[in-house]
Amino acid sequence: MVYRERLDGRKNNELRPMEAKTKVIPNAQGSASFKIGRTWALAAVYGPREIYPKFLADPKKGILRCHYSMMPFSGSGERIRPGSSRRAQEIAMVMTKALEPVVDLSQYPNSVVDVFVELPQTDAGTRCAAITAASMALADAGIPMKDLVSAVAVGMADDKIIADLTYKEEHINEFNEESKQAVVSDIPIAMIHHTKELTLLQMDGEISKENLMKALKLGQEAIEKVHQVQIAALKEYFKEGSHGN
Amino acid sequence: MSEILVEERKIVVPGEVLASGLDYVPGENCYREEHQIFSKLLGIVNVSGRVIKVIPLSGPYLPKVGDKIIGRIMDITFSGWRVDTNTAYSAMLNVKDATTRFIKKEEDLSKILAIDDYVIVGIVNVTSQRLIDVSMREPGLKKIQGGRIIEINSQKVPRVIGKKASMITLIKEKTGCEITVGQNGLIWVLGTPEGEVRAERAIKMIEEKSHLSGLTEKIESFLGGNQ
Repeated sequence: MVYRERLDGRKNNELRPMEAKTKVIPNAQGSASFKIGRTWALAAVYGPREIYPKFLADPKKGILRCHYSMMPFSGSGERIRPGSSRRAQEIAMVMTKALEPVVDLSQYPNSVVDVFVELPQTDAGTRCAAITAASMALADAGIPMKDLVSAVAVGMADDKIIADLTYKEEHINEFNEESKQAVVSDIPIAMIHHTKELTLLQMDGEISKENLMKALKLGQEAIEKVHQVQIAALKEYFKEGSHGN
Repeated sequence: MSEILVEERKIVVPGEVLASGLDYVPGENCYREEHQIFSKLLGIVNVSGRVIKVIPLSGPYLPKVGDKIIGRIMDITFSGWRVDTNTAYSAMLNVKDATTRFIKKEEDLSKILAIDDYVIVGIVNVTSQRLIDVSMREPGLKKIQGGRIIEINSQKVPRVIGKKASMITLIKEKTGCEITVGQNGLIWVLGTPEGEVRAERAIKMIEEKSHLSGLTEKIESFLGGNQ
């Protein structure tokens, strides 16, 4: 058996339906909500503010600090222990690295901009949703940025290159035991829109060189769609007539 | 060959192309890469002559020399006070900049300004590392007594004040309050309790709808209708 059709009936290059909104957390300087299929990320930005602990301060520029956390009930129902874990720390680190190239904090030495991302519901692609939401929240907070960062996962299931994998697709091996060749790979990528530079590129599984290049090309097209959603959401708030103006 | 690719007063997002060609100059919150000019912020486009700039819709306050701000005393040191400026940086208020009176060496500084007092101060110096010196030795700079402090985003301060202070004068007249707006986004309102509440509502309304046109009329009808 090979993976002929996607489990949720999407085309290979089709993303799950996306929904984005800004200013969802009034307490924060900037915030955004980003949903892609069943994955939902909420991002809130605080700062620039005084940095604690003090030894982290950089006298040349402000620093960006990301926090990533999945809510206890966000997975399949198995309780996820709240708070930091090895996985959450790693994702927070890759998020920071994905966003740092665009954020310009040279005007805010010795300060910190905190980005908190919470995921109320998850169905794979959380780090991509987190980066996408965080990028919108930073823009909403009025932090100087060169460009927006958008992220999406691409990958391969059997011999098909597909975009925006769901949790089931990432684990396709488990119900595809007959074909021993079955290979699944999951490649989250983040891209700076204008320069097309990748700021996040990770992979689970295995893939051949040619297929990787094809997957990245597909990813670039997919990211373009995410970027459109981001722009629309950022501008939506200021439209005359929205939210009862 | 140069052309502007966005309309005046349109909302732009970071990384949006504003103009192409070398005839235009990137102003505030813009940058040039090769032959294109990009926005660096979420804001409103403003073109004046050849200069394109983006007016921010939100964002942090950057301390500037000459600005009058409202701060909170957060600590008392040997020679003065440390003032919370509602930014990432605290400011230093020296004794000699706080009062004209002679201060004896052993005098208790908290008698003059205590912790958690609010003060209206002017910024006299900002270093590249954002060490801020403030002073109270100018007319109108004083310790705040009574009334209430409202916090808004510092980028909305120009809208709250209005063209030639038209907006703030309107609110003062309609509510009978004394209002002082700090450039850092803290506003002091002093008046009757009802007046203060109405002034606070009006200011919050301005903050929320600052990107819309015809704001003065909206505020006028809001305040007028309540009287």
